[in-house]
Amino acid sequence: MSSPLNYPFEIQRIFRKKNSLKKELSENQSLHKIRVAILGGSTTDQVVNILELFLLKNGFRPSFYQSEYNQFYEDAVFGSSELDDFGPDIVYIHTSFRNVIKFPSFGCGSDEVENQLEEDLERFRQIWKALERFRCPVIQNNFDLPPHRSLGNLDCYDIHGKAFFLSRLNLEFAKAARETSGLFLNDINYLAASFGLREWHDAGLWHTAKYAMSFDAFPNLANSIAAIIASILGKSKKCLVLDLDNTCWGGVIGDDGMGGIQLGQESAAGESFISFQAYAKELSKRGVILAVASKNDDKIAREGFTHPDSVLKVDDFVAFKANWDPKPENIEIIAKDINIGLDSLVFIDDNAMERSIVKAQLPDVAVPDVGDQVINFIDFIEGNSYFEAVNISPDDIERTKFYSNDQSRKKQKASFSSYQDFLNSLEMTSEIRPFSNHYLERISQLINKTNQFNLTTKRYSLTEVSEFLSSEDYITLYGRLTDKFGDNGLITVVIGKIKDNQCHIDSWLMSCRVLKRDMEFAVLEILVAECVARGLEEIIGTYRESPKNKMVADLFTKFGFETISSESGCPRWRLKLSTYKKREIPININ
Amino acid sequence: MNRDEIFKETQEIFRDIFDDDELEIEETTSSETVEDWDSLNHINLVVAIEKEFEIKFSLDELASLKNVGAMVDLMVQKMDF
Repeated sequence: MSSPLNYPFEIQRIFRKKNSLKKELSENQSLHKIRVAILGGSTTDQVVNILELFLLKNGFRPSFYQSEYNQFYEDAVFGSSELDDFGPDIVYIHTSFRNVIKFPSFGCGSDEVENQLEEDLERFRQIWKALERFRCPVIQNNFDLPPHRSLGNLDCYDIHGKAFFLSRLNLEFAKAARETSGLFLNDINYLAASFGLREWHDAGLWHTAKYAMSFDAFPNLANSIAAIIASILGKSKKCLVLDLDNTCWGGVIGDDGMGGIQLGQESAAGESFISFQAYAKELSKRGVILAVASKNDDKIAREGFTHPDSVLKVDDFVAFKANWDPKPENIEIIAKDINIGLDSLVFIDDNAMERSIVKAQLPDVAVPDVGDQVINFIDFIEGNSYFEAVNISPDDIERTKFYSNDQSRKKQKASFSSYQDFLNSLEMTSEIRPFSNHYLERISQLINKTNQFNLTTKRYSLTEVSEFLSSEDYITLYGRLTDKFGDNGLITVVIGKIKDNQCHIDSWLMSCRVLKRDMEFAVLEILVAECVARGLEEIIGTYRESPKNKMVADLFTKFGFETISSESGCPRWRLKLSTYKKREIPININ
Repeated sequence: MNRDEIFKETQEIFRDIFDDDELEIEETTSSETVEDWDSLNHINLVVAIEKEFEIKFSLDELASLKNVGAMVDLMVQKMDF
């Protein structure tokens, strides 16, 4: 049976079966523990129950703290020992329009309206400021619109209108979230509108139990919060894999030919395929990788994207598998080529049979039951919040280019007599420097999503990363790498803790985009120089095994460190700086 | 749906909400006799019943529900119309 937690959510089954669903999902052994504090402006018990299910579904094993009813401000600002002891990894502030202190009354002048707005904003600013003590991400609801409007349409533009007042608050919240690292908005204004205000609100439930929205709305709400948390922790999906016939265009290109497929303004169907393509293109522009897995002749399939009305072009796809092999095999190859886990893929296919084969063979791939009507596909992609993004870094926008460049590099590799020759031909230059504010978001993103080349797999929030930056006790380095095919962006991070005359490597990680380019040796060179400059004598390295990071188990041995402990749980190595020998590397360090 | 059938389905809902597959409800079962039947679970119960039987209790009715028997009586009455 499909999970009731997939879009479209089966609301009644979720509520009736939540206990057994919870048991089922909890059996997964690889869940990531997370402590979530919910500070509510209304009753939160059922929010917690449903959020728990969605977090479990997203690979987390949550524990919760709940503020007493409507104590969100008091808990945040004055604190409670219970909350302090709990030590949240995430704080979620579940407020709604019900928590506005006082709406403007009709008699009052514009000064008074401004004061009231400021009073509400100030309350939340205090909350966000006070919560900085936990050094963790804060998720804040913005405001939903009330179910009623005594001013009618005027409510949305008269200065006394509730809708107008709430819209202004929402704009101010948006501004605060843009300017405050670690503050993320849960857009219940959109959720409520999308769900329908009439269904979103339940006056009976408010008056009897002080729930700020209907039970029916909770799965949508919980899905949204879980998606934000997953995104903060780097667990959003990364790649959209598309079928072609009747998914990217109407008809079968092998039979109908390029001229015969439905794509373009001539028909409603043709238009709807263009809309879907345009949506996929938008995703790609903000960093989602696109790939094709289709049963087709490769040449004919590619021709489809030369159609004059095609929004997507062959270049938009980082991997293109059109052949007659089973789709699960092709999808596995795609994941391998791009170097991401199968759990980072979403597969869209109009054919129910293909979907069920992929689902059965590759349970880690997300395969929504989108049906066979292209006009519904986007609803499924968004309904499940697969590609939730909490920030868009310049690297996200350039991502498709990175991977395409990588494909050109692979092609070139074939024609060199030695790998070293190939590396030399790449004309690589790197920039390796201490963390700077400008790169904090990218650094934090990399720390939270890098799994393979990652010695300790420690995860740090944006706030923690900025603390490393400003602390005297830490050496921090980031590295960017450019080659003749393009800029790879910021791809490596090192954090070392200084203890006496030693530098202990706390984190060392690198994006898989630049494996086998000797970038790690360039970073080591700068790290050594930095340690010497600070008068240190040794670097101490360790390796913490995870299910995914075997590739760096012997990194320090490769670096020429000596083993000081080979205990399997926590092996340790040492480099005496006086014995460090520079190595020939094919990278120019700036 | 007759009263027995409604009663039986109501029992299933109770079992789901209180996470107890063996829970047997009776006419006199009330929040006094079921340990987890607090105000929060009461709301969960009421919402589940409303959805399952596509009925709606008024606020006064909610306040007057004393035990399972009274609840089922009210449900029968609402579903008759």
